[in-house]
Amino acid sequence: MQYSYYPGCSLEATGVEYNLSTRAVAGALGLELVELPGWTCCGSSSAHAVNKDLALGLAAHNIALAQEQGRDLVVPCSACYTRLCKADHEMRHDPAEKARAERLAGFSYTGKIQIYSFLEIVKDRVGCDEVARAVRKPLTGLKVACYYGCLLVRPPEVRPFDRAEDPTSLDELAAALGAEPVPWCYKTTCCGAGLSLTRPEVVEQLVARLLAAAREAGADALVTACPLCQNNLEMRRPAQEGIPVFYFTELMGLAFGLEEAPGWLKKHLVDPFPLLQRFSLAG
Amino acid sequence: MATATLHLPAGEITVDAAFREEVARLSGQPLELCFQCQKCASGCYPTQEGDYTPNEIMRLIQYGARDAVLRSRTIWLCTSCETCGLRCPNGIRIAEVMDTLKQMAAARGIAPVGETGPLFHNLFLCEIRAVGRVHETMLMLKYKLKTGNLFADMKLGWQLFRRGKLPLVPRLKKDPAVRRIFERAGGQG
Ligand code: SF4
Ligand code: SF4
Repeated sequence: MQYSYYPGCSLEATGVEYNLSTRAVAGALGLELVELPGWTCCGSSSAHAVNKDLALGLAAHNIALAQEQGRDLVVPCSACYTRLCKADHEMRHDPAEKARAERLAGFSYTGKIQIYSFLEIVKDRVGCDEVARAVRKPLTGLKVACYYGCLLVRPPEVRPFDRAEDPTSLDELAAALGAEPVPWCYKTTCCGAGLSLTRPEVVEQLVARLLAAAREAGADALVTACPLCQNNLEMRRPAQEGIPVFYFTELMGLAFGLEEAPGWLKKHLVDPFPLLQRFSLAG
Repeated sequence: MATATLHLPAGEITVDAAFREEVARLSGQPLELCFQCQKCASGCYPTQEGDYTPNEIMRLIQYGARDAVLRSRTIWLCTSCETCGLRCPNGIRIAEVMDTLKQMAAARGIAPVGETGPLFHNLFLCEIRAVGRVHETMLMLKYKLKTGNLFADMKLGWQLFRRGKLPLVPRLKKDPAVRRIFERAGGQG
């Protein structure tokens, strides 16, 4: 199956291992991701805070590019995903918004392509059974707290691929890889990544609360689907805290026995190798 | 539009009914339905250091307290996490309201003393306007230079750089399509 692939700005820098692992895992599952030619920033968390037209226009431009390619669009970053889905939802359901977007981005919206998060593709298009069949080194015994973050499953009317309050897709996927997802209450509680530069002291409190809750639930590590969450949870962690935070695609790569996987994990700020060695998963 | 003075524990505020209508129109949210159940505030961690809780912002908008709301710290702490909107029994998308308030404050150049949120967003959009994408290394550097806070996070920056996560070579290509969107949107940057 072929998809257009929108990496987004973070996946070229702070989220580079998410980009590499997504591409590798997609390859292993027989999914072909073709990078969207000429993609530009979706506007992320800044455009909608300052200018409504920019937020819609910048997202719509990328939907226009994807429309030209004629393939559904796969977006790994939760922040990009939410902005693109929101713009698509507005154009699809509100003729006035559609007209505004068409004027801003200079195109004609057809509604023919769909936008998916990579997690959604893995869980719904590939399916957990198929994922389980690709596992060579099951993550047996590894207890993970699945952290969806706030953006991935909200607002529910925009992309209802999972439950907005207590989502389960990452948990099911982790279980398919042989890991043990722990129940906890902070699956979608915001980690404050958007304030990481401007209000680090506020963000440190949010992160400390989340990581402590994951520890309390018995987790050895957290699993995320967002480059902003992954970086923020590691960068703003309390000094004494060293719980690793993985992308779900990295865990898939490890479980599939992909030899590139250690290269991705070396990019983390929190060294995950001692933990992986404990479970004989490092080599 | 009629204005009046309202005496609150926090002090005297000038009210302006036009403000309430403006926020309702721009955000598209049924502000008048808010009945102060505080469910939005109870799940809102990001704004806990703010001057008002989200339900207090809603009430101040209903009063028409333009100045108090547009100058509040709370609006810049909102991360648009959508927790509140998901739970509001009256279907008010508070994140949309917060966005509208930020847009109004940014358009007027109003920000509380020491708040660097607007500066950050402006630098972010400048990056997009210049090369179509955000070069995270440049954005962080520019923000640090502008706030004169170059040394905070230096160690973190170095750790990221060493791991190849802050590439130095920016993509220098202008994107005419993006420029046009900025022109049509009358955007900053
Ligand atoms: S949850 Fe809704 S109704 Fe309740 S206080 Fe907040 S905005 Fe008002
Ligand atoms: S969207 Fe904003 S106001 Fe609502 S819970 Fe999140 S941070 Fe608080």
